[in-house]
Amino acid sequence: MATDVGDVLETSDRRRAGASGKVTLTLRIRRYNPELRGEESWWDEFTIQADPNDRLLDALHEVKWHHDGTLALRRSCAHGICGSDAVMVNGRNRLACKVLVRDIAPKATVEPIRGLPVLKDLIVDMEPFFEGYRSVLPYLINDEGEPDRERLQSPEERQRYDDTTKCILCACCTTSCPIFWGDEGYVGPAAIVQAHRFIFDSRDRGARERLQILADKTGVFRCRTTFNCTDACPRGIEVTKAIQEVKREILLDRF
Amino acid sequence: MTTFHTYDAVIVGAGGAGLRAAIEAADHVRTAVISKLYPTRSHTGTAQGGVCAALGNVEEDYPEWHAFDTVKGGDYLVDQPEALLMCEEAVDAIYELEHWGLPFNRTPDGKIDQRRFGGHTRNHGEAPVKRACYAADRTGHMILQTLYQQCVKRNVRFFNEFYVLDQLFSDDGRCAGVVAYELATGELHVFRAKAVLYATGGSGRMFKVTSNAHTLTGDGQAILYRRGIPMQDMEFFQFHPTGVYKMGILLSEAVRGEGGILLNAEGERFMERYAPTVKDLAPRDMVSRAIYQEIKEGRGAGPNKDAVWLDVRHLPREVIEEKLPDVTEFARIYLGVEPTRELVPIQPTAHYAMGGIPTDADGRVVVGPEATPVPGLYAAGECACVSVHGANRLGTNSLLDIVVFGRRGGRHLAGFCRDADLPPLPERPEGFVRDLLDAMLARERGANAADLRTELQDSMFDLAFVVRTEEGLRKMREILGGLRERYAEVAVQDKGSRYNTDLMEAVELGFLLDNAEPLVEAALARTESRGAHWRDDFPQRDDVNWLKHSLAYKQPDGSVRLEYKPVRLGIYEPAERKY
Repeated sequence: MATDVGDVLETSDRRRAGASGKVTLTLRIRRYNPELRGEESWWDEFTIQADPNDRLLDALHEVKWHHDGTLALRRSCAHGICGSDAVMVNGRNRLACKVLVRDIAPKATVEPIRGLPVLKDLIVDMEPFFEGYRSVLPYLINDEGEPDRERLQSPEERQRYDDTTKCILCACCTTSCPIFWGDEGYVGPAAIVQAHRFIFDSRDRGARERLQILADKTGVFRCRTTFNCTDACPRGIEVTKAIQEVKREILLDRF
Repeated sequence: MTTFHTYDAVIVGAGGAGLRAAIEAADHVRTAVISKLYPTRSHTGTAQGGVCAALGNVEEDYPEWHAFDTVKGGDYLVDQPEALLMCEEAVDAIYELEHWGLPFNRTPDGKIDQRRFGGHTRNHGEAPVKRACYAADRTGHMILQTLYQQCVKRNVRFFNEFYVLDQLFSDDGRCAGVVAYELATGELHVFRAKAVLYATGGSGRMFKVTSNAHTLTGDGQAILYRRGIPMQDMEFFQFHPTGVYKMGILLSEAVRGEGGILLNAEGERFMERYAPTVKDLAPRDMVSRAIYQEIKEGRGAGPNKDAVWLDVRHLPREVIEEKLPDVTEFARIYLGVEPTRELVPIQPTAHYAMGGIPTDADGRVVVGPEATPVPGLYAAGECACVSVHGANRLGTNSLLDIVVFGRRGGRHLAGFCRDADLPPLPERPEGFVRDLLDAMLARERGANAADLRTELQDSMFDLAFVVRTEEGLRKMREILGGLRERYAEVAVQDKGSRYNTDLMEAVELGFLLDNAEPLVEAALARTESRGAHWRDDFPQRDDVNWLKHSLAYKQPDGSVRLEYKPVRLGIYEPAERKY
């Protein structure tokens, strides 16, 4: 085993060594702060030194902590699970904590996600997004009475809805969708993902209700399968496929 | 401007403990949940490996075996009746989550699947047992989502992105409500209430290397500490052995539960020397210390020889991809390492506060050596100290703690609110917060909060981490004193009222300082090594003098007073901890 470890150590050391030393990163950030500058947004540029293995979030913190304390952004866990720091990086929706400096240096553009009202800098109003979420009855519906132990579910039944349980409600998908940008009524991909998670759960009995909601004019048939949502999802959920599966359930009238 | 609200109950924090308490309370009494984050952003969501309960779905198991492991894992500082109660109620709590739709992994016959975890054994230490119920390595995410879904179903009233900054008491010492800052507008809100339950989570951000979110700044603990409530067992802070090298991101113990092993620079599976029976699945404090020992003796890995390797190359690919997908992705993204072929560099990371706000088994905050309840004041989850984790928490027991004691706390609080009347508010209830914020905003020049925070984190990592000494802790006490002086002169750049996170980060730094202070004082006083508290100058556990809980009080003159209360024993005789 020891020689084996030696090989790996060498590989890891090389990668680290190659990546050591700071690089210069210029961040072009779209700002908005009515308290300072009225209703017009503007661009600011900050040039910082960063470790190539730092996250974009670390770089934004460096700006906030040592260049401009008024820069506003949301963040919490800093490793892609809490879903707070969705921003648009070079035109693509990403979590700032899952983008590494080495992949964007020497220059990157950071903007708030689109389609939700901007409140300050990179912070948008999430209420319309969560309204869409709540509209699809995002909780298990089953009035059949609870057994003393767990409800049984086979590994295959569990697998059926696995992909959509990964959703962290970061809004990357919904705010990358051109239909959502243009159509205020559309519930958007994330809400459909959440509905999918229950519709295909063998323990749930609320599919009919949810599918009726999603068959409505604000529902799944707004989707034009541009796949932006799937590309944007930081959890690797096949969002468009989930939407198509919900459409099919409605068309087959299986509920 | 100040806005006034009146509720029966206020729950502060919307992670697992807060949401579980809200589910219990909201059906019965007027309840508001106040959270500085959107609830689904809470740190419960990042818990990975599992939640233990003796379901016996895969192997023979009993709650009593689980309780024994919890007591032994906690190095006998655990209150034993409470630990037994938690392990007994665990079974029902897990079924409840399942009935609410939690997507647990399943056995071939459709039951909740279970796997091994550190320190969990069959029949009082014979061998590892499969006790952890799990959903891939996203168990915390699923618990948080499921509890939030149940809150949506019940129309629970949330105040999101509201920072609670002060606790209010009536003149006769009853809980009267809280003061909160609304991030979106900068306005203050006074929430008058008969009862308040704190569920504000941990304080890992006082250390440089931590698995904790940026927002885990010990808010509830500090708010109550400032108001004279003692902090219990603060010297016991868990350092999880497997954090991503330098970044501290958690790599779940489930990796070792599924068969992963630790190697030193020489490729030796060193845990065989430290814990011959359970090896890599020894409790976290033992593994973290073993890693430090290997590094100290020159067998550390990596360019700086300050890491060790986590090795999963021998595991079947489907185990890695299906049971540990997120952990695998962390290694790929943040380290550029392919775990199926390469070793993953890890180091211990500040993970979990065993100590905190002292409570009884119903979540009531209790003070003094006689554990006297404070009327209307509750706490649950990581910010609380029941104590079911003692000197070292077992893996998975934090998720169990939040559902069991979140439920118990919420239930007791609802009952309390039904019988109690609404205490009068003190005069100018928002005064303390208003003055604090106004002073920070008014200061044109002063210390930079980010720089002070970095100094705090660096020095706590150097002096109050896995290995401690009197000399180091005295130095840390001095550093804290200096930081406190400079903190009094902190200035923020953002003077606005809209999403002023600059201001809130400065306030949170104050909370961190008020968590570090009782930690350092209690650690300095405790001249023994027990669980996660390792004193290099006192390497033995000393039951004669130190089998007791510490309580640290902030005195009106700013000094810290320590007092002690007995550990609730009675089921298991304290014994040496061997694995």
